[in-house]
Amino acid sequence: MSAATMIQTADDALLDVEHLTMRFGGLLAIDDLSFTARVHEITSIIGPNGAGKTTVFNCLTGFYKPTVGRLRLCHPDKGEYYLERMEGFRIAQVADVGRTFQNIRLFPKMTVLENLIIAQHNRLMKASVFALAGLLGLARYRVAEKAAVEKAKFWLDRVNLTARADWEAGNLPYGDQRRLEIARAMCIAPCLLCLDEPAAGLNPRESLELNELLLSIRDEQGIGILLIEHDMSVVMGISDHIVVLDHGRKISDGDPAFVRNDPTVIRAYLGEAEDGEGADA
Amino acid sequence: MRGKLRIIFRGRFDLAYFFQQLINGLTLGAIYGLIAIGYTMVYGIIGMINFAHGEIYMLGAFVSVVTYLVLSALGLSYIPLVLLVMLLSSMLFTSIYGWSIERIAYRPLRGAPRLAALISAIGMSIALQNYVQLTQGARVKALAPIISGGFTVMEQNGFTVRLSTLQIFIMILTTALMVGFSYLIDKTPLGRQQRACEQDSTMAALVGVNVDRTISTTFVLGAALAAVAGVMVTLYYGVVDFYIGFLAGMKAFTAAVLGGIGSLPGAMLGGILIGLIEAFWSAYFTIEYKDVAAFSILVLVLIFRPTGLLGKPEIEKV
Amino acid sequence: MSEMTTSHKAASASAVSVIARDTLLTAVVALVLAVPFIGLKSDSVGTALTLVTRWPLMLAMVGAVAAGRVLVSLWRLRSAAKAQRATAHTAAGDAKASLAAWGNSHMKAIGFAGFALAVVLPFLPFSNRYVVDIGTTFLIYVMLGWGLNIVVGLAGLLDLGYVAFYAVGAYTYALISTQAGWSFWVCLPLAGTFAAMFGLMLGFPVLRLRGDYLAIVTLGFGEIIRVILMNWVDFTKGPDGVSGIPRPSFFGAPFSRSAPEGVTTFSDLLGIEYSSMHRVVFLYFLILALAAITNLFTLRMRKLPTGRAWEALREDEIACRSLGINPTNVKLSAFALGAMFAGFAGAFFATRQGFVSPESFTFMESAIILAIVVLGGMGSQLGVVLAAFALVVLPEWFREFEQYRMFLFGAAMVAIMVVKPTGVMGHREPTIRLHPVGKSKKPEAAR
Repeated sequence: MSAATMIQTADDALLDVEHLTMRFGGLLAIDDLSFTARVHEITSIIGPNGAGKTTVFNCLTGFYKPTVGRLRLCHPDKGEYYLERMEGFRIAQVADVGRTFQNIRLFPKMTVLENLIIAQHNRLMKASVFALAGLLGLARYRVAEKAAVEKAKFWLDRVNLTARADWEAGNLPYGDQRRLEIARAMCIAPCLLCLDEPAAGLNPRESLELNELLLSIRDEQGIGILLIEHDMSVVMGISDHIVVLDHGRKISDGDPAFVRNDPTVIRAYLGEAEDGEGADA
Repeated sequence: MRGKLRIIFRGRFDLAYFFQQLINGLTLGAIYGLIAIGYTMVYGIIGMINFAHGEIYMLGAFVSVVTYLVLSALGLSYIPLVLLVMLLSSMLFTSIYGWSIERIAYRPLRGAPRLAALISAIGMSIALQNYVQLTQGARVKALAPIISGGFTVMEQNGFTVRLSTLQIFIMILTTALMVGFSYLIDKTPLGRQQRACEQDSTMAALVGVNVDRTISTTFVLGAALAAVAGVMVTLYYGVVDFYIGFLAGMKAFTAAVLGGIGSLPGAMLGGILIGLIEAFWSAYFTIEYKDVAAFSILVLVLIFRPTGLLGKPEIEKV
Repeated sequence: MSEMTTSHKAASASAVSVIARDTLLTAVVALVLAVPFIGLKSDSVGTALTLVTRWPLMLAMVGAVAAGRVLVSLWRLRSAAKAQRATAHTAAGDAKASLAAWGNSHMKAIGFAGFALAVVLPFLPFSNRYVVDIGTTFLIYVMLGWGLNIVVGLAGLLDLGYVAFYAVGAYTYALISTQAGWSFWVCLPLAGTFAAMFGLMLGFPVLRLRGDYLAIVTLGFGEIIRVILMNWVDFTKGPDGVSGIPRPSFFGAPFSRSAPEGVTTFSDLLGIEYSSMHRVVFLYFLILALAAITNLFTLRMRKLPTGRAWEALREDEIACRSLGINPTNVKLSAFALGAMFAGFAGAFFATRQGFVSPESFTFMESAIILAIVVLGGMGSQLGVVLAAFALVVLPEWFREFEQYRMFLFGAAMVAIMVVKPTGVMGHREPTIRLHPVGKSKKPEAAR
């Protein structure tokens, strides 16, 4: 991985979110949010339910078009992309942004291995020359497919799913499905990986394993990770940088120690001086 | 015949001609709207296209023919009573058909892949069509007009605009049904349960709504309205055959989508629009392509406003 | 032990009362439903309508329905008991999917056996013109089913107007061959290309629609094509159809008794005596080859990125987008390729009949083809063959009951869906395996 040799500097911005605002009719889901995520860092976005975290992800990965704001991605190899201007699938295809979903979205009837190979669709598609080389069984395609399987095998090993490679993804236990979804997102070779609550529903042991997996992805792959998480043991344990949202606004931004002691954060979480539960709904 | 055509042709661009088409279109639209409500309700509550709904309307038309024959065999000839009995009997029998169809073909498939339910519905549609062909014969049933008379609304260049008693009857009945039906859905416990199941049937079941019964009721109500449409068509055109359900069903579904599927006023509005489009298209362009016009409009609406005219836009949940 | 028998007795007693209640209810409903349709019949006498009563027939029908209801109840009871026993010994649960599983594990062998049978069919002792003709019809539907399987089974796009592409193919050949006189072998690829182009033209605007809307738009499109074929008389000859479509030749050698100067007939070419069977058998082999190509193409595509993307799209479009797959392109490719095979089949249909008219391309055809795909088990190639046999060949045996055929056809569609919503062969075989089949058994059993 050539990216791993790159020097890490403070200005190593991978993603610059500037003045992001998202409005659904009368509802202001995100209000003028700006933050930066860097290569080799895990940036966590936390906040109470309904703070707009997933909406940030959906703007980043093209499922929503932001009302206002700029989402600048500085790809380490390919240059700059303005994600808010790109069509949904192109963000993954060209800008190499991978993501997972809060309510896991695997291809449930397809096997674990197939899930990982589909993630490499665009490279295989090129190798198969719109299926022609594949139909004719040319060596060019066979080599590419072999490489794809090797890559899948690598990630299967990393998430401990090699033995279950031929299972239908929908039949995997919950924790395995979460890990498979991360492996699948890694198979598109992302420069930025967005994980939406990867620890949700995991038991403490699985949660610890997830921490290790994410740290090793950060260190070995040289990519940036953007993480939405409620599990504070995960967030505080592995984040390099935390952004706290409440009602769509950023209320705090800094390293874990800073955020932990920030009075505004404590107030938002404990609901002090707020006008009661109703405001959250 | 030829002379008459020439007169019509000459008057094509007159206001009178336009008014006549308007009246015809509204009448037709009322009929489509009543069928469309059945589609929209079923789609709203179980998310499937009840492909056999057009056949239900056809069954309603046949029941009304048979009822009329029974009444004349009994010697009953007081027209308001005849109409009332035709309507009630058609609604009764057709509702039971609607209820049975749901029990047989759809309920076992709740939770199955969507395509399975659709295939089952297509199968049901084919079976019902052929059932009626087998039991009532393939020949067209022609009925002498029961309601006659009407008013001359205006006259221009020798072209008279007529509003028949039957058309008035159809429009009044449709309006009354719509008002009653809106009240039923908006204000009664039945309507509340129906709307609850539409939004979240699991949750509705948890808070004590009998989901099975609510869905059955939806089918019964939809079938009853389709039956009324069937009676109207029998009276309006005076001919009924086993194949009328397919095209009418298609157009009514188009109407439901056009108005915004899941929306009751939308279904009625869509029905009237489709009726008007059809009437004006046949009047001013070519009658052969009137079905093409309706479908083309459906395609255009779906492309540019997929939620229909009165439907609420959906935010994609990711 | 005695406790068990009493509880069994109580259970069976309650089962009997439940069955009795259900049957009574069914009979009452059936009676009510039957009155206005079976009990009373409107009969046309001259121009007037009269009423005919058929009470005995109606009672017999209601009795039959009640009897059927008892049988259904008994069958349900039995399968419930079976399921109970199966949960007691978990291993037996696997036997349920046995037909599909057996079919899948022996897929290659079954495929070859089926193909071999198809090849020798015309030469079997009982084969006559009738058998080969039915075989040809059957293969047309198999090919259409395989083509639609790409669209519906693999890509999960609900297409209710597939017959439109079939019509485009048929009319392409019919019109080009009768107007310009081009040969079948030139027109065949053209028919496929035209149909695929129609697929793209229709697909581009509508493929972003959700499943059911897509279904209704394609249905509308199918009807539009038919209405145009009916009414654009100058171009398509309208309801009369196009006749005198040239029959295919054996690469230039016609199947006729005699040929004009300089042309060798098929029988002369082989030095055999002329027989009208030659053409029938040739057509049979032609469609067999076309169908086989469709099948091989689909099987191969499934293992290529495009094919995998089709299936992924069926499973979850949002996940596809998050992986950088362009959903529109993937859908369009499925739609166009599916349409292309329908176009080939259409050209074949036109040359076989020598005549095409809009009547051959009604919604019923689309429904039958879709039923073949869904009843067979979406995405299963073998399922298509079985379903085509059930829906196309079996009804041939009920020719005498023509009137009841379509009714039973519809009822069977409902029944099969209710009993087996995933279709007969509703089991998916992975396109690639990390562990060879034998080895993967163990971890699977751990489930």
